[in-house]
Amino acid sequence: MSDSNSMPLLELQHIGKEFYGNRVLTDISFDVMPGEIIGLVGENGAGKSTLLNILFGMPVISSTGGYEGDIHISGKPVHFTSPNQALAQGIGMVHQEFSLIPGFTATENILLNREVLNGSLMSYVFSDRVSTLDRDAMLRRASDALNTLGVNISPSMTVNEMPVGYKQFIEIAREIDRKNTRLLFLDEPTAVLTEQEAEILLIALKKLAKQGIAIVFISHRLSEVKTLCSRIIVLRDGRLITDSPAEELTTRQIASLMVGRESERRIEEAELPNEAIEANETTATVTLAKPLKKKKKPKPALKVEHLWVDMPGETVRDVSFEVKKGEIFGIGGLAGHGKLGIPNGIMGLYPSGGKVRLFGKRLALNKPRAALGRKMAFVSEDRRGVGLLLDEPLDWNITFTAMQTQGRFLLGIPFIFQVRNEYAMRKETEKYIEALSIKCTGPSQKAGELSGGNQQKLCLAKAFVLRPNILLICEPTRGIDIGAKTLVLDTLKKYNKDNGTTIIITSSELEELRSVCDRVAIVDKGEIAGVLPASSPAEEFGMLMMGEKPRIELSKSE
Amino acid sequence: MIRKLIDLIAGNAVPAIFIIISAFAIPLSGFSASYLVQELLTRIGRNSFLILSLLIPIMAGMGLNFGMVLGAMAGQIGLLFIYDWGVVGIPGMVLACLIGTPIAIVLGVFCGAVLNRAKGREMVTSYILGFFINGVYQLVVLYLMGWVIPITNPTLLLSRGYGVRNAVSLVGIRGVLDNLIPAVISGTTQTGQFLSTQGSGAFLMFQLPFFDGTIRIPLATLLLIALFCIFIVWFRKTKLGQDMRAIGQSQSVSDSSGIPVNRTRIIAIVISTVLACYGQIIYLQNMGTLNTYNSHEQAGMFSIAALLIGGASVSRASIANVFVGVILFHLMFIVAPMAGKNLIGEAQIGEYFRVFVSYGIIAIALVLHAWKRNREREASRRSLRGNRGGR
Repeated sequence: MSDSNSMPLLELQHIGKEFYGNRVLTDISFDVMPGEIIGLVGENGAGKSTLLNILFGMPVISSTGGYEGDIHISGKPVHFTSPNQALAQGIGMVHQEFSLIPGFTATENILLNREVLNGSLMSYVFSDRVSTLDRDAMLRRASDALNTLGVNISPSMTVNEMPVGYKQFIEIAREIDRKNTRLLFLDEPTAVLTEQEAEILLIALKKLAKQGIAIVFISHRLSEVKTLCSRIIVLRDGRLITDSPAEELTTRQIASLMVGRESERRIEEAELPNEAIEANETTATVTLAKPLKKKKKPKPALKVEHLWVDMPGETVRDVSFEVKKGEIFGIGGLAGHGKLGIPNGIMGLYPSGGKVRLFGKRLALNKPRAALGRKMAFVSEDRRGVGLLLDEPLDWNITFTAMQTQGRFLLGIPFIFQVRNEYAMRKETEKYIEALSIKCTGPSQKAGELSGGNQQKLCLAKAFVLRPNILLICEPTRGIDIGAKTLVLDTLKKYNKDNGTTIIITSSELEELRSVCDRVAIVDKGEIAGVLPASSPAEEFGMLMMGEKPRIELSKSE
Repeated sequence: MIRKLIDLIAGNAVPAIFIIISAFAIPLSGFSASYLVQELLTRIGRNSFLILSLLIPIMAGMGLNFGMVLGAMAGQIGLLFIYDWGVVGIPGMVLACLIGTPIAIVLGVFCGAVLNRAKGREMVTSYILGFFINGVYQLVVLYLMGWVIPITNPTLLLSRGYGVRNAVSLVGIRGVLDNLIPAVISGTTQTGQFLSTQGSGAFLMFQLPFFDGTIRIPLATLLLIALFCIFIVWFRKTKLGQDMRAIGQSQSVSDSSGIPVNRTRIIAIVISTVLACYGQIIYLQNMGTLNTYNSHEQAGMFSIAALLIGGASVSRASIANVFVGVILFHLMFIVAPMAGKNLIGEAQIGEYFRVFVSYGIIAIALVLHAWKRNREREASRRSLRGNRGGR
């Protein structure tokens, strides 16, 4: 390559993107020099994925109206409309989800669609695709790529027999094998690796950078970003917050830059570090022993021990926690780490195991009916799919679960002949429409016709009608506007205060959890990283989310 | 361990059941070994090509290609034309193939394009597509032939002057491929006897001691089938074959690595359709009669049943499955009616049984496939958790 070292390999100039009027990226500009390792960090929803999609010319970008700003590669403006064009320019991508063919060997995967072919007469007549594969040459190339990485993986092992960590190396080897690769994007490559594997990977990446390949490293493990990268770029809410050399930032500062303004202010106040560290060390005892401000009930409403849940994309590995009666308990964490799996698993919507005790009594898992029978109510994060019967009127939606599980809103003799009590249904619905100020034409309007915020209120009403002892709510404010957000959160607070109902809220929005909950548990890689009082500083939560704290095993400390 | 055992049984349950049934039915039928071998050889020659045409779409992850009847129809149209033009023998068969190929390619491209719009539901789509194209085929054969498409030979047409008769005798090409290279296996004692009945002529003779009776081998057909098997083995080693295997396992990964997924899937279906066209021509030259409106309908169902009986699944099939399947399935065909007759004096029971079995087997294979997929999905979910939590 003839690029001089002063010429940036990649230049982004004022990149912006809007999805249906929803701005996700604003004015992002930065350069990448050859051989440089850049750490790109940001919370979920900060705009990292969108940025990658733009860079790689993913169809989702062009089909939603393209993007703003310019991209230059080696000084030349480019505008990719398909990932293949980006690949042709030497930009490689290692995905967060493995894009490997499970039944193929390491070799076949590394050389997928770049197989070494034997020349043959047929290929002149038809195309290269009728040439046979040169397996020996393929094996050699695959071994070379794996050796460059410094890992000891047999190239003839099939991928579905490999430990997860190996798969990540195969992905990277695939990009290395591409001879023209100049710039490599790694999207959370260490998320699934053990510590040793991660170390090998970091060494391999440094080696690659020495060969002149620029690397953009996206990770939530801040200490890795700090040790590996020479420059760190922080995104938040679609804006570039910081672009500075790695040595000028501490992991704590990065965490606070990522999670938000409020914590910045706290940093300035500079009153926290000592106290925060102390709080962290003693989290388990603090949170379990320290009585909460308002409610003091000794018996836990919900006790979860070693829960695992096989929810695709939100796998819960081993989770234990306690929720006190009458408290609002928050579950936070990054997307994909299992926070949504916890309530879904407790309610029996996905295969799960472990022990869950409700007011001291064992709850049967994997049986939604049993959970509902114990007067637990659940508001799903999948409002339109699981939460509502979109084609049915409001009164049906609100009373449906109560009718099915508690036999209410029915007239007649149970098991023999029963009809719906339309009058009672209407009455109840009207009550909630007024209480939650649901905007609708009346109880007989179809649920699907309401706006997102009003649908969410409807879901809450549906849960309230059950008169629950415990209310599990997933992502209460996802996809609704700010006005509705406050109303939903206030409703929850009020309901908790008026009825003493224990509420467990799962949300991706940390600030929201901190404003509503008494305590917040942070889930990281399917386990609880820690439970903190909501009043703890934001960066404490941030550090837990990024896996920067030693794990606090609640079960052990009990 | 137990899971492995279940996998093993589930993987081979179907062939095992058939072997057991045959083990009981063969002695009951009272057929001699030489008769059974003769019948089996004939049927291997007759059906294998059709069944082999199913392999490539399975490799590409498109399931059982019920759309192979499209190819069968193309082949039949070719046969109708050579009958009309009076071309006989091997040239007739070659001409029929030449006429059928472009029709099969067009139908294959069409079928592939439709299936690309129905990803994940290829089997039911291709099945229904078969009915749809059958309608078009009937329109062409029943109304257009002799009216728009010139047909000169009145014996081919219905008495009203257009439309093809229901039964067309393919006497011109009957057995021409099977008997191209005449070959016989006979016991040492019968040789002289056989030659005297057959008169003169060049024969490949294989003599076996301790063997009773004579068996004619459709050698040319078998050679053609062997050639086809070599083609498939070679095809798997090509880049195209590798791409198909990749697509069969994960379309999204293949797509993101730049393999033209849709195009490759269409190629897989086109190859299958064209081969099915040849397969149907071979099948009909052995049968000697063309059932204009029915022959192709059975082709798909029986081929798929045979393949599944051979131990193939919707997502995995090998050449060995084809031959095991064709032997077991047709052994059942041969012995079941006789065994039924000898057992309860009713030959119908065998006929009933074989139809019942072929549909039943397809149903079982589809259920097994769905069950297996669910189990795999569960296992992959479990593997995400690693070894933490409950097992």
